[in-house]
Order: sequence, then C-alpha cells, then structure tokens
Amino acid sequence: MTGVRVLVGTRKGAFVLTSDGTRKSWDVSGPHFPGWEIYHMKGSPADPNRIYASQSSGWFGQQIQRSDDGGKTWAPVDNKFAYDGVPGTHQWYDGTPHPWEFKRVWHIEPSLTDPYTVFAGVEDAALFRTSDGGKSWAELSGLRGHGSGAHWMPGAGGMCLHTILLDPVDPKRMFIAISAAGAFRTDDGGETWQPINKGLRSEYIPDPHAEVGHCVHRLAMHPSRSNVLFMQKHWDVMRSDDAGNSWREVSGNLPTDFGFVIDVHAHEPETIYVVPIKSDAEHFPMDGKLQVWRSRSGGNEWEALTKGLPQSNCYVNVLRDAMAVDTLDTCGVYFGTTGGQVYASADAGDTWSAIVRDLPAVLSVEVQALK
Amino acid sequence: MIRVVLPSHLRMHANVNGEILLDVDGEATQRSLLDALETRYPVLRGTIRDHGTQKRRPFLRFFACQRDLSHEPADAPLPDEVRSGSKPFLIVGAIAGG
Repeated sequence: MTGVRVLVGTRKGAFVLTSDGTRKSWDVSGPHFPGWEIYHMKGSPADPNRIYASQSSGWFGQQIQRSDDGGKTWAPVDNKFAYDGVPGTHQWYDGTPHPWEFKRVWHIEPSLTDPYTVFAGVEDAALFRTSDGGKSWAELSGLRGHGSGAHWMPGAGGMCLHTILLDPVDPKRMFIAISAAGAFRTDDGGETWQPINKGLRSEYIPDPHAEVGHCVHRLAMHPSRSNVLFMQKHWDVMRSDDAGNSWREVSGNLPTDFGFVIDVHAHEPETIYVVPIKSDAEHFPMDGKLQVWRSRSGGNEWEALTKGLPQSNCYVNVLRDAMAVDTLDTCGVYFGTTGGQVYASADAGDTWSAIVRDLPAVLSVEVQALK
Repeated sequence: MIRVVLPSHLRMHANVNGEILLDVDGEATQRSLLDALETRYPVLRGTIRDHGTQKRRPFLRFFACQRDLSHEPADAPLPDEVRSGSKPFLIVGAIAGG
C-alpha cells in the first residue's frame, strides 16, 4: 500500500484527505462544491480513481458528480432520478397516503467489478442503478413494488434508502436498508426483494415485531462472510448469521444501544465498532464523552475505546454513513462528527486522533487504500 | 439578447462568470428562456425547474424590473426591458436555511 484517501462529505462541501501508509500526517483538499450538501462519496473498487459524489441542495436539487482522477477534478453527470411508472404513495408521518417524491441521493455504492455500474439509494426510498458511469439512472422498482411499499413511513430524517451492501461472492445478492421500513434482500440482482426483519423488535411502532416499519440505521458486513450481517437499529445492535433471515440482539454491555454507525474490522470478521449515542431525543454521546465501542466477539461483549477522543463536554453526533475502515495491515478506523472533526485510528481503534477538525457537519466518511 | 443572472451556486455549477447572454427563439417567455438556458448549459436541467413537472423549484424566484415574476404563467411574455436586454432576468435563491 502506498497511501490512504479519505472521502468526507459534509453539509457544506466535500473534502479529500490523503496520507501515506503511516497515516500520521494528512493533506486536506477542499471544499469541493462549496455550499452544497454532500451526502456521500465513494470510489469504485474496480478503479479507485473513479469517485462518485452525491451533491444536493434544498434550492437546486440533486447532482451526481464524478471524478476520474482521484478527486482532483470533477464533472457533473446526470441528475435525473425518475421513479419507474406511476410512483404511488407511501405513508406520511400522520398515517395518510403521501405521493412518492424524489428528494436526494443518500448513498452511492459502486459495483465491485465495473467502474461504470453504480447503485444509488435515494429519498423517498428507492434504489437506482447506472451502467454508464452516471450518465443515466434507472430505478430497480422491484424493491418499491414488492408489496409493502405503500406501508413504508419516513423516519425523522426522511424516508431514505441509506445502506447498500453488495455480496462479493454472489453478484446477484444485495442487501439494502430503509429508514423507517427496515432491511431487504434480493437474490436475483434486484428484480425481486424480500423484507428481512424477523427478530427485530421496535417498541415505538404499533406491532413491535412487524415485517416492515423498523427504523434501521445501518447495516454492515465483512466481505469474506456475507451471510453474517450486523445492524445498528434505532435502538438495539443486532446480528444475523443467515443473511438476514433472522436477527438477534447483541447490544450486550453497551451503555446505550442507540446510535447510527456500525462497521466491521477489515481483517477480523468478528470485530465490530459502534458509537453509542445517548438517545433518540438527545443525539449526542453519553455524559459528553465521545467513545467508540468495539466488540471482538461479534457482539454482546464490548469495550470502550477512548484514547485520543474527547472525554468531556463533547456533544456531537456521528451520522449513519460517517464511519469506515481501511484495509491496511493494521486496520484503520475512521469516523466523522457533526462538529466537523474526522477521527482516525491506525491501530484498529486502540488510539485516536483528529485528522481534520472544524469542517462543516460531517455526513459521510469513506476510505480507500491506495496501491 | 436576453441577460440572465444566476445565483452563485449555479454559476459555479455551470462554470460561468457574470451574466449570461441568451438568444431566445420565438417569443421570449419564462419557458423559452429557460429552455434556451438549459440547452446552452445542460447541467442546469433539474436545478431551476423540476425534471418531471417543469415547475420552478420551490426555493427559487424569478425577478426582473423590480417585479417578482415567479408566479407569472410560464408562457407569458417577459417584460419589454428584459426582451430588449436593458434589464436582466434574475434567478434568485430564496433566503432560507443555514
């Protein structure tokens, strides 16, 4: 490995941080697209210098930007996300039917093998795909149309499709998650979908065990073991060992099991990370102490990681797309805060330091290990 | 030639500086002006008008000659001063948000 590139999306622009393999000093470029919200950026595993960015604005709508030189220069590609057919309605906050309306792209997931193919998760929740590098997008409408779509309801942040996991072994299998509908899986490349929420329990909905309606905040998977999924739900950290067919809670000794992010160590499939947040009413760490919690047993037994993180008067949040890991020999872990810091650990979470601070609120963090 | 002033974010997005001078085919209306603008700068499609409905995005306003033209019909003629180029057509982002 020759270096690491961290892609940071913020409320007011994009930033690209680079370092050599030691990950001790960092160069910061940006803001790219100053003043625009950058919900997510992600590079193509097949061509790491190709990076896609979701750029949006309440005034001017959605843009997709593409870089072919590792984030040095960018060009807008297409910005048209049209639902397939008559989009119909989903439930509004008051339970009334509400027309499906495109608002923004929350998450971009490039294909593992083709730099021109990318999936996009959008609000109002739907999945789109491009096969021409972002020049045109088409909805995979089997997801919205599988039967329960009319009953989906937005979470507080909107009805967003925020997680897309591509199975490295089975290219036809994909997992997605929607707030507040739940998790879904396709086994046929996106044609048909099934909800995979058995075992989830959400006290805040009329039927706590409902097939759909759960506020899933994030899913994570280790690429070597795609049948094992981890979930940070609104409340509860969950685990599935059967590709989502069933879930069990692994919150264990976490001080609070509310949170947004969850991720898996690059080389240890049973080592997972979360950032506990006090509650859904108070979106900041407990007692003003910013802590990453790590489990080396795939859940239930957790340890607080605090070295280098503020342990007093810290009241930031860590949003659902704002944690990532690199694949260097000693796994690096990164997360960004709504206070504008990006913290990194080059030793799998044992020690942390801010690699940049005072950015606009961080919406997303992705990492690329460069050869 | 019709003079068009974009908000700063769209100038940056379309990579233009200052006013845009547009030739508009036929009668100059909001619709024909925006059609001409989007033809010259395709990256502006969807940023001023919704892709599907072609309606003005909610947080944008159209001003000219010290008048708010935002609610004028899309096919109504633009003011004479705009058509003659003596006054610009202003596309303005609403003062909202943080």
